[in-house]
Amino acid sequence: MKFRTPVMLAAALTLGACGINSIPTADENVKAKWADVQADYQRRADLIPNLVATVKGSVQGEDKILTDVINARAKATSIQVNADDLSDPNKMAQFQQAQGQLNGSLSRLLANVEAYPQLKSQDNFQTLMSQLEGTENRITIAIRDYNQAVQGYNTRIRTFPDAIGAKVFYGAKPKVPYQATTPGAQNAPTVDFGNMS
Amino acid sequence: MSPSLPCSRLERWLLLIAVVAMLCVAAAAHAQTFPKLTGRVVDDAHLLSQQQVDQLTQLSQSVEQASSRQLVVATIPDLQGYPIEDYGYKLGRAWGIGQQGINNGIILIVAPKEKKVRIEVGYGLEPIMTDALSSMIIQNDILPKFRAGDMAGGIIAGASAIADQLKAPPDEAEQKVVAAANAQRQHQQSSDGGGVPWALIFWLIVIGFMMASRFSHGRRGHRYRGGMWPIFLWGSGFGSGSSWGSGGSSWSGGGGFSGFSGGGGSFGGGGASGGW
Repeated sequence: MKFRTPVMLAAALTLGACGINSIPTADENVKAKWADVQADYQRRADLIPNLVATVKGSVQGEDKILTDVINARAKATSIQVNADDLSDPNKMAQFQQAQGQLNGSLSRLLANVEAYPQLKSQDNFQTLMSQLEGTENRITIAIRDYNQAVQGYNTRIRTFPDAIGAKVFYGAKPKVPYQATTPGAQNAPTVDFGNMS
Repeated sequence: MSPSLPCSRLERWLLLIAVVAMLCVAAAAHAQTFPKLTGRVVDDAHLLSQQQVDQLTQLSQSVEQASSRQLVVATIPDLQGYPIEDYGYKLGRAWGIGQQGINNGIILIVAPKEKKVRIEVGYGLEPIMTDALSSMIIQNDILPKFRAGDMAGGIIAGASAIADQLKAPPDEAEQKVVAAANAQRQHQQSSDGGGVPWALIFWLIVIGFMMASRFSHGRRGHRYRGGMWPIFLWGSGFGSGSSWGSGGSSWSGGGGFSGFSGGGGSFGGGGASGGW
């Protein structure tokens, strides 16, 4: 009886040093940062219908690429990664691939639009472009913050002393960082000057 | 270094440690550095006259007094190879512009060497200072003057346009910060004459103890040992013991240009950039 308090205190201190608190804290941090990433992607998806409508209004003959963008957007918004699935590399890869595809068709659309100066000079279009730029910038930063949080979490669950608590109490698995690559980014782009006049 | 010396092994270890330490320092020195936040206007690229700096400082002060929003103008001589979008949000986070938790800071960044300008908007101001509006201010107010070579004019026009937009009514959290700052200022004014100088009393007691212990040890030749203490305490104690602490808020409440510091706000890439 006499030793109960010190023993409990010692136990609490030991448990505290094993990451009983710090692992969930790091875990929640990663989840919050992931929510930011998804929110920023959603923000981009919300801009696309407006962009497509504006381009359609003043450009003819780009129907194929517009449909591409719409399809890619539909696919990208249909795939969401739940905060509990952040340790699942497959789900993350699916999400990344869908967003990467949207990235690709969007940048193709924007490259084609370069050929229409009357569209580019519209106020409406310029506003949309500044919003799109800002959103892409936010996505980059959100991904960077997320990856930093993942790195902190993964380091924590694999280093002493938190590794003990991670194994014994939580069965914590490392989370998957976001690789912001577009599909086919591993292939160097081929440059063809042949058809230039 | 001859091997016959008994301490050569130790020396080698020390050398290794020194080399590793030097490498670490070199790596740290390579990391991105930011200018110091010297005030509401950080004119490191020297584009503004003293009078213009004062004018902008006053503008920023009036914005902060009305809404607690922090507006900072920064001219950067060199972006160190980073894109301005990348540099901007890191600078904002490093300086902590905007109030903590509300994140209502804005930085107008001008990089004359790279010919880039950016309005970096804190998380909390993104609904008021939208990307589209930031872009319009850059295109319509700032860039025409920059292209004509009038750097200072462009900066002032841009800062004024931003300040106009920041006159939008503050939200609830911001109103609380403003009210707290006003109350604190009134409190300081009313207690200026009759306030109890707690810091002074604290130090008097500390010094009293030092003296007492010194006298009691004085005869035994421990004078210098005792004498070390006050220096150590003075050095470490000035920050925490001085009367600047204002209950966690680092807002200086517009008391002059000297006391400006970021409130701990954060940035997430809001705003717009332009080039000329």
